[in-house]
Amino acid sequence: MPTTGNPVLNLSVFAVFVLITLYVVYRASSRNVTASDYYAAGGSFTGAQNGVALSGDFLSAASFLGISGGIAAHGYDGFLYSVGWVVAWLVGLLLIAEGLRNTGRFTVGDVLAFRMRQRPVRAAAANATLVISFFYMIAQMAGAGGLVALLLDVTSKWGQALLIALVGMIMVAYVLIGGMKGTTWVQIIKAVLLLLCVTTMTVFLLGKFGLSLSAIMQQAAENNELGAAVLDPGAKYGFSAMSKLDFVSLALSLVLGIASLPHVLMRFYTVPNAVEARRSVVWATWTMVIFYLCTLVIGFGAMALVGTDTIAAAPGGENSAAPLLAFRIGGAVLLGIVSAVAFATILAVVAGLTLAASASFAHDVYANVIKRGDAEPRREIRVARLTAVVVGALSIIGGIAANGQNVAFLVSLALALAASANLSTILYTIFWRRFNTVGTLWSIYGGLGSCLVLILFSPVLSGSRTSIFPDVDFAWFPLGNPGIVSIPFSFLCGFVATILSKPDADKAALAAEMEVRAIAGIGVKGGTGS
Amino acid sequence: MTKAIRSPGETLQEYREIRGFASFDDPATLSYVDSNGKPNYEAIRQTDEFRALRRRLTTFIFPMTALFLTSYLTFVLLSAYAKDFVSTKVIGVVNLGILLGLGQFVTSIIITLGYSRYAKRRLDPQRKLLAEKTGVEE
Repeated sequence: MPTTGNPVLNLSVFAVFVLITLYVVYRASSRNVTASDYYAAGGSFTGAQNGVALSGDFLSAASFLGISGGIAAHGYDGFLYSVGWVVAWLVGLLLIAEGLRNTGRFTVGDVLAFRMRQRPVRAAAANATLVISFFYMIAQMAGAGGLVALLLDVTSKWGQALLIALVGMIMVAYVLIGGMKGTTWVQIIKAVLLLLCVTTMTVFLLGKFGLSLSAIMQQAAENNELGAAVLDPGAKYGFSAMSKLDFVSLALSLVLGIASLPHVLMRFYTVPNAVEARRSVVWATWTMVIFYLCTLVIGFGAMALVGTDTIAAAPGGENSAAPLLAFRIGGAVLLGIVSAVAFATILAVVAGLTLAASASFAHDVYANVIKRGDAEPRREIRVARLTAVVVGALSIIGGIAANGQNVAFLVSLALALAASANLSTILYTIFWRRFNTVGTLWSIYGGLGSCLVLILFSPVLSGSRTSIFPDVDFAWFPLGNPGIVSIPFSFLCGFVATILSKPDADKAALAAEMEVRAIAGIGVKGGTGS
Repeated sequence: MTKAIRSPGETLQEYREIRGFASFDDPATLSYVDSNGKPNYEAIRQTDEFRALRRRLTTFIFPMTALFLTSYLTFVLLSAYAKDFVSTKVIGVVNLGILLGLGQFVTSIIITLGYSRYAKRRLDPQRKLLAEKTGVEE
C-alpha cells in the first residue's frame, strides 16, 4: 500500500531533527548547576518564549495526531476536543498563572504546601503529579507507537514495542542532558515547526477547495460511512443517554484539566515574574487558536481526501490521519516532515513530563519529605535525574500496553485526573483563607482516588470491545471519562474536610504572606515558604 | 487610612509595632518591614491599597470565569442534547454547532485580550502603588 512513503527518507528527516535539537539542548545546558537551573531554567525565559514553549507542551501528539484523527473519524464529536482545549487556557490565565508564579519555585507542591504542614501535603502533591504524568505519558507513548508503525511500516507488536522503547530512551536523554532549559528550547523549536506544518497543510487544503470549509466538509461527508450525519454531533457519543453524559463529562475534563497538569504548571516558573507568566499564557492562547483552527481543516481534509475507511485500516488507526493526509497532498517528503515533527512533539512533551515528575519526586519527596528541607542541591538534582530514568522506563512499559488506543482519548483521562487532584486544591489554597492541611489532603486524595477508581471500573479498562482488556468484565461505572463525578467530588471533599477540621495552628502569618504574594506579587524574591 | 482599632487578641505592643507607633524615627518603613527586613504581610494585607487590589482582581476574574464556563457548557450541552438545533445548516454544509464552537475561539481571544488590558491598566499600577507604600519590592 503506497500510503507510508519511504521508510528510509522518513527516518533520515527524523534523525536530522533529533541531532539538531540534541545539539541545541547540549549548548543550552552548558551551565545546569543549581536546582533552579535544572527545574526552572533559572527563570530566564521571556513571556513570549515561554508562551510558545507552553503551547509546545500542550501541542502534543494527542493534539496533532489525536484531534485531527478524531475529526477525521468522528467529525463534529472530534471538534469538541479543539474547543475545550482552547477555552481551557482561560482557566490558566485568569485563575492560576500569576498566583502560582508568585507563591512557588519549582513544583506544584511548593504552592500547595506553602501555608500547610509541609510533609504530608508535599507527599500528596508528589503522588498526584506522578500519577497524572504517568497517565499522560502513556498516551504520548501510545501515539509514538502508532506513528512508528505507520512510518516504518512496522506492523508486528514486538517491533512497535522495540521502537517505543527507543523513543523513550531518546527522551530521557533530553531531560538528563538539558534540564528545563534544554527541554524548553526543544519545545520552542518544535512548536514553531508544528505550527508552520499545520498552517501550510491548511492553506493548501483551503486553496484546493476554493477557500471553502463547506466544500471540504461536503466532500468529507461523502467519504464517511455515516454520510452527512458525521457533520452533526453524535457520530461518536450521541447514541444513548449515557453516552451523551459521557460527552459532557469529557468536555468538563478537557476544559478544567489543562491548567492543572503538573508539567504545564511547572512552565510558569521558567519566567522571571508574574507579568511574564501572564504574557506567556496570552501567547499560548493565540498559538492554540491558530493551531486548532488548522486541525479542524486538516481533520475534515483527511476525511475528504484520504477517507475514513483508509485511515481506520492504516497502521496506527485514527492517529495516522494527519500523516496520511500529508502523504496524499505532499508526497513522501511532506510525510517525512510531518512525521518528524509529530515525533519531535512526542519526544519534547514526554521530556517535559519526565522533568515535571522527576522534579516533583526530588524536590517534594526527597528534599522536603525525606530530608526535611535540608537536602544538598547537587544531591537533589542527582535524585531528580535518577527519577527521570525510572519514570522513563515505567512510561515505556505503559506505552507498550496502551499501544493502539486513540491518544486524545487517553489524554482526556490524564486531564480528568489532573482536574480532580490539582484544580480544586490550587484554587482553594490561593483564594480561600480558611482552607487548611486536612482540606488539602482530602481534596488531593479524594479527587485522585475517586478518579482512579472510576477509571479502573469503567469501560475503558474492561467489558467492551475497545477496552484495554477486552476479555474480562469488571466494569460497573458506565462513563468512559470520570470527570463529571470526580471533579465536583474533590471540590466537595476539600470544602467539607476544611469546615469540619480546626484551622492550622501557627499558620496565620504564612496565610497572610501567601495571600499578599499571590495577589499583589510583592515579597516574592527573598520571601519565606517554598 | 483605616481607623486605629485593635483586632481582638492583638496585644498593645504588637499593635504598635504593626502600626509603627513604637518608633518615632521612621514610622513609614517600620510599619511594613520588621528589623530583619522581613515584610509584615498581615499589616500589608490590611492596607486600603491591598484591599482595593484584591477587590479589583476578584471582581474581574470570577465573573469572567463564570461567563466563559457558562458559554462553553452551553455549547457542550446544546451539542449533546439539542442535536437537531445545532445541526441546522448555516453556510453550505457548515452547521450552527461548528459556528458556535468557533465562536468559543473568538470569545476566548476577547477575554484573553480583555484581561491583559485590564491587568495592565487597573492591576499592575495598583501593585506598584502598594510596593511603593510598603517598601516591599517584588
